[in-house]
Order: sequence, then C-alpha cells, then structure tokens
Amino acid sequence: MSAISEKELSDYRNEAAAWFAENTIADPGFMLPLTFMEVGTDQQFEFLREWQNKVYEAGYLGAAWPKAYGGGGLDQKFQTIATEEMAKANGPIMLNAIGLNWAGPLILDMGTEEERNRYIKGILSAEDIWCQGFSEPENGSDLGNAQTKAVRDGDDWVLNGSKIWTTQGNYAKYMILLARTNPDAPNKYAGLSFFLSPMHVDGVETVPIRKLTGEYGFTQTFFTDARIPGDCLMGEEGEGWRVAMRTLEYERGVRGGQPGGYVMRASDPFEIVELARKATRGGKPALEDPVIKDQLIQLMIEARALQLNSKRGHIQPLVQDKPASLALSSKLMATEFMRRLNEFAITLQGQRGAYYVGEPDAYDKGLWQRAYLNSFSATIGGGTSQIQRNIIGEHVLGLPKS
Amino acid sequence: MTKRATIGFSEEQAQLLDVATTFCRDKSPIEKVRSLLEDERGYDEAIWSEMAELGWLAIAVPEEFGGIGLGMAEVVPVVEQMGRTMMAGPFVSTTLAAQAILLAGTDGQKQKHLADLCAGTKATLALSEPHGDWDLGHVECAAERTGDTLKLSGRKTFVENAETADLLLVSVSLDGAPALVVVERSALPEGALRREVVIDETRRSYQVTFDGVEVSTDGLLDPALTSAALTHVDLCASLLLSAEMCGAAASCIDYTVDYLQTRKQFGKKIGSYQALKHPIVDAHVGYEQARSHLYCAAFNFTQQGEGEVATRIAKAQAGDALSFAADRAIQFHGGFGFTHDCDAQLYRRRSLWCENQHGDAAYQRAKLADLLLQ
Repeated sequence: MSAISEKELSDYRNEAAAWFAENTIADPGFMLPLTFMEVGTDQQFEFLREWQNKVYEAGYLGAAWPKAYGGGGLDQKFQTIATEEMAKANGPIMLNAIGLNWAGPLILDMGTEEERNRYIKGILSAEDIWCQGFSEPENGSDLGNAQTKAVRDGDDWVLNGSKIWTTQGNYAKYMILLARTNPDAPNKYAGLSFFLSPMHVDGVETVPIRKLTGEYGFTQTFFTDARIPGDCLMGEEGEGWRVAMRTLEYERGVRGGQPGGYVMRASDPFEIVELARKATRGGKPALEDPVIKDQLIQLMIEARALQLNSKRGHIQPLVQDKPASLALSSKLMATEFMRRLNEFAITLQGQRGAYYVGEPDAYDKGLWQRAYLNSFSATIGGGTSQIQRNIIGEHVLGLPKS
Repeated sequence: MTKRATIGFSEEQAQLLDVATTFCRDKSPIEKVRSLLEDERGYDEAIWSEMAELGWLAIAVPEEFGGIGLGMAEVVPVVEQMGRTMMAGPFVSTTLAAQAILLAGTDGQKQKHLADLCAGTKATLALSEPHGDWDLGHVECAAERTGDTLKLSGRKTFVENAETADLLLVSVSLDGAPALVVVERSALPEGALRREVVIDETRRSYQVTFDGVEVSTDGLLDPALTSAALTHVDLCASLLLSAEMCGAAASCIDYTVDYLQTRKQFGKKIGSYQALKHPIVDAHVGYEQARSHLYCAAFNFTQQGEGEVATRIAKAQAGDALSFAADRAIQFHGGFGFTHDCDAQLYRRRSLWCENQHGDAAYQRAKLADLLLQ
C-alpha cells in the first residue's frame, strides 16, 4: 500500500468534520442515552438505529474494515480521524455496540468466509443488532461456570437455560452465546462452546429489567427447548472458552480491530466547570470555593491521565516493563473515574443535587444524577472493578490467584 | 488546555532511558544506597565522575557552552532511573543551577561556568529560607551593594550538598527585588554551614548563613531575567522531582509485590488476599497515571503555558502516587515494615522529602486552579 500523505488525511478530516457538523442531531427532543447500555425506549432505539446507518452509509463507520464484507477498505488512520470528528461533534452514540466492538471483530478474526459474508454488513448498518449471552443469574462474573445447555439433536442444537444483563436483548437479532455442550468435560472450561445464535426463534424469550435509574436497557433471556441450526457453532465444539476469552480481549480494549465510532459518551470535567459556575455556595459560584476547585482539578488531572495513558501505550520504550499494564488497567481506571466524576457533579449542586430527571428545576435536566446511577453499569458489567483488580494484580503484577 | 494533552518520546530519550536504567541498577544497588546513609558526603565521587564522562550533566546545555544541546525532556529519563534505584548525589542540583545560569546569566557568566558544570563541577541552589514558603519570590535573605561588592546577610535552608558543591546559586533581596547571585563555596567563612537533620537520609542538606559574606557583583545574574529564572528553576525542579518520584514509585511497588509473592500467612501467600492485592493494584494504577503525566510534562516542557500546566500536574500526581505506594509498602511488610532494615521506609522518607520540595500536591492543584479555572 502506498504511503498516505498528510494532505489526504487532512482533507479527509475536513470532509468528516463538515459532514458531522451538518448531520449531527444533538437534541432530537427526547432524552438520548449516554451509553449503549441505556437504550430503553423504542423511540431511542429507532432514532439511534437510523443514526448509525446514516454514519455508516456516509463511510464514517467501518471505514477500515475490508470492502469485501461491507467496510470501507481504508487505512485505520482514516477511521481514527472519523471517530475523532464524531466525538468533537458530540453526536449520538453508535447503537450496535456488541456487534461493532465484539462480535464483528471476532467474526472477522476467527470466523469463516461464510460467517463474514453473512454478518458483517448487517452489524455496520445496524440492520442486525447483536447482544451478548455470557453472564447468568447465578454466575455473574464467573463466566466459566455458565450452565445454559446446548445439546446436539440431529443437525441442530437445543438450548435450555437463562442469560442475564443482556444489553439490547429485546432488540437483538443475534446473540454471541457461551453455552455448556459437555457437562462431563474434565474441567468446567472444556465443556463450553461458542455460538452465533439467532434470537428470533421459538423458545427464546426476553424480559426487560428495570434499572436503578428507572429506565430499561437490559433483559433477562430465557431459553426453553430453543432450536438453532448446527452452523451457529463458532469454532470447534468445546473451545468456547478460548473464543469467549478472545471476545473479552475486545471488550477490554486489549485488541484492536474495532470499526470506530463510540458507544459511550464520557462526561467531561470541563462540563462540570460550567456546572460549578451555575451552582452556588454561600451566595457565590461554587467555582470560587477552594475545596471545590481542588476536587475539580484533581478530576481534570485524572481525565487527562486517561487520554495520556492510551497515547503512552503506543510508545514501546515507556511500556516495556509491563506491556499489558495500560491496556488491562484502562477499563478499571475509566469506569471508576466516570462514577466519581458524576458523583462529584451531584455533590456540587448542594441541596438541588437531590432533584432527578423530570424535575424542571434540576440542573442540566438531571443528567448528572442519571449518569451517576448509570455509571455503575460499567463498573459492574464486563467484570466488576474488583475482578479487574484481580486481573491486573495477577496478570500484570504477577500476584498469586485469589 | 487539558483537552489537547499530548505525549511524545524522542530517540534520545529512549537511548538515555536505556543507558540510565542499566547504569543506575549497576551503580546503585540497595546495599550501596544503605552504605551511603552514614557517609558524610552521601554519594560516590567515582560514580559522579562516570556520570560526567557519560555527558549527563551536559544534556540540557547548548553545544556552544560545552553541552550536548538537548533539553529537560532528555534529562527526565535519567533522573527517573536515579529515583528508581534511590541514587543520591548532586546531579539534579547541578543541572538546575546550570539552567538558571543559562536562562539569566550574562554572557561572561555562561562562558565562565557552563562548560565546567557540564564537565563535573558541582553546584547547588540556595533558594529556600526558614519561613518555609514555596514561593521562590519570597526572599528575605538580603544583599547590599557597595561599589563592585555585594554584602550578603541572612540564612538559606535545604541547600543540598552545600559541603561538596563548588558553586551556590543564591537568591537575595537586592534594591527591593529578588536577585540571583552565583557564590563560590570558597567565599563562605568557617562555620557558615550547618548540616540539617532531614527525613530523607540519602540527602545531604545544609543551612547556610550568609552574614558577612562578600562577593563581587560579577556574580549577579541579569536582574531583568531574575523572575523568569526563578520560575524556570521552580518548574525544572518540579519536573525532575516528578521523575524521581515516578522512578521511586515503580521500584517501591516492585519491592512490595516481591514480598506479597513470597511471604506466607495462614498457609497462603499474602498476595493472594484481596485486602492486599487490591490496594497494591491501586498503587500501580496511580503510578501508571503519574508516569504518563511525567512524560507529557517532559514533552510539553518548553511550550508556553502548557508546559507549566503539565509539570504541575506531574508533580501533584507523582507525589500522591509515591506517597500512597510507600505508605502501603510499610503497612504490607507488617512488623518488618516498621524496621529500619526494611526498604519501605527509604521510599516513604524519600517521598516526604520530594513532595515537600517546590510545593506539595495541594499547592500544585491550587496553582493549576488559577491556570485552568478562570
């Protein structure tokens, strides 16, 4: 491939910036989700589906995925630029998070030609929404202990059991599913298989879960003698754990290959500076309170550290001591930071911090309260912060298993 | 400003990081550090000469004055590795004095001193005073001019390596404003130095009484540049203290992790207990953030505005990171952690020194609030 000139990149940036400036809808007249885990109404869903498709059609999603499967076939640098411009325009999130970030890269990486042809384009266009069936009611963070069964019957598999915390489960057409195919395997991991499983079949039922925010966004999925075709199995029977671990590497950001876009909108400490100007302490802007200033600066330092960590991660001499450290730490750092940032924003509001979404006198329509409560989804989902600390302790620092 | 935070790393930084890592590990093993605790001088003169030969003192000095012509960004990896092995000596104080002369010295002073400093002449800073204020513009030590002579009076504190330094860079109040003057140690009378008892036993810190000391006005740095020089030295010092603290945090965490991997209690290695595992992970994550800020500060150091923001952030974060790591290091070593023989105390004592030089984390954040929250 010939070298890409700076001019090509800057032209692309200008085009992308102009496109997002013209097409981004910041306020559709109803509350938009801040993360892909909060899509709770059909109105939100339809809006975001249309938005993702529009971005894809314009070429700003999947720009670096292979052309043969529906991508743009460009260098990754172009997608990075498009995503940056998307973020600058502060537009809505990309809806199909599981498809874009986990299922898609996995299929491109480990899937068959047939699977790539069948699934990739629908992921990018948001035609096919994906969900993830890893957690179970009794085995939240302990994925290896999954008990949902898949039993072979002729050419088909028959599923029985239940999955939980299925984000967008009620909208999904496919699920990446970890199920037990051999209860007698020599260890719990060896008995698992991985499926690209259809959701719209008899015997699959999703029940919405109401979250602490009052919204919806997750479901519990029940399988009752649900019959899926034999070719839904991904990889070999019994190697589900290996495939699931690969998927988690995408989820934890240790592996590249994602098609761009963003599925979580981060709160920004600079927005809290604005809040601190509005909120008052003793008749003056809270921003003049030295304690508040100190806390705010501390949060800005941390926000900046997150950006810098990801940049330092690419400078080999500065990560050679512990190469996996920054990638494995980033989920813990980012999610815990967002939780504390949102909490601080509520504290800042004084008595009015007790208002919630729907109260006309709430600062910023109660956004901070809602964002704080929702922030736990990220410090719990994908492995709790406590599990993340175990992973970092064991895999980065070499401590013995807990 | 915060939104555009960037980081970069030069080929020279990479080479220096590599060389310094090996050098400091070989020359300053922990037995060596401990043997120097009781040493009057506090560092190894032979190793000092080797560092001079390696050219480390010349890194941030332009070639026209006998230097290598790189910048503070390239000094950072060297000091980081010195911090990692707790190597002591006048490297930082000499580097800082050269920076002050470079910025505010007259042509004559640059010609006279810089090549010597690059070659191994030792220097130190006499900027702090008994009032303990971190604002370097708060100067009570005085100088009076009579013809070509300056007559000094007052006391300076925390003057590192004053006993072995050849030159002292002293801030004085002259004609109602701060001024900087280069004083040869040989100009100090008998009894002018008193060694201070300081918390970091690897340091040699002195109180210097300047009453009656007379020097030529030739030693006076350009008065028009004094204020800029004080700011520059303050930021250079903060940057290098951040580097030192980051290095120390890395080895403090390694040291503690080693213990958690070997010590057994209740039949299990104590590192398997989450009550110890999780806080040491938090210490590690804090260190990683501090290191990113450090190299961001190094990369942006010469950028107007952004350099100061990045440096103050680095100092605040490195201080907090090392302080937490070293505090937990003592606790996690249990009863042994309470002894002088356990290295955890060396890190904790060093962190208390470094944090309290040139402004602690809260001080840096207050400065940052002025810069970022207008």
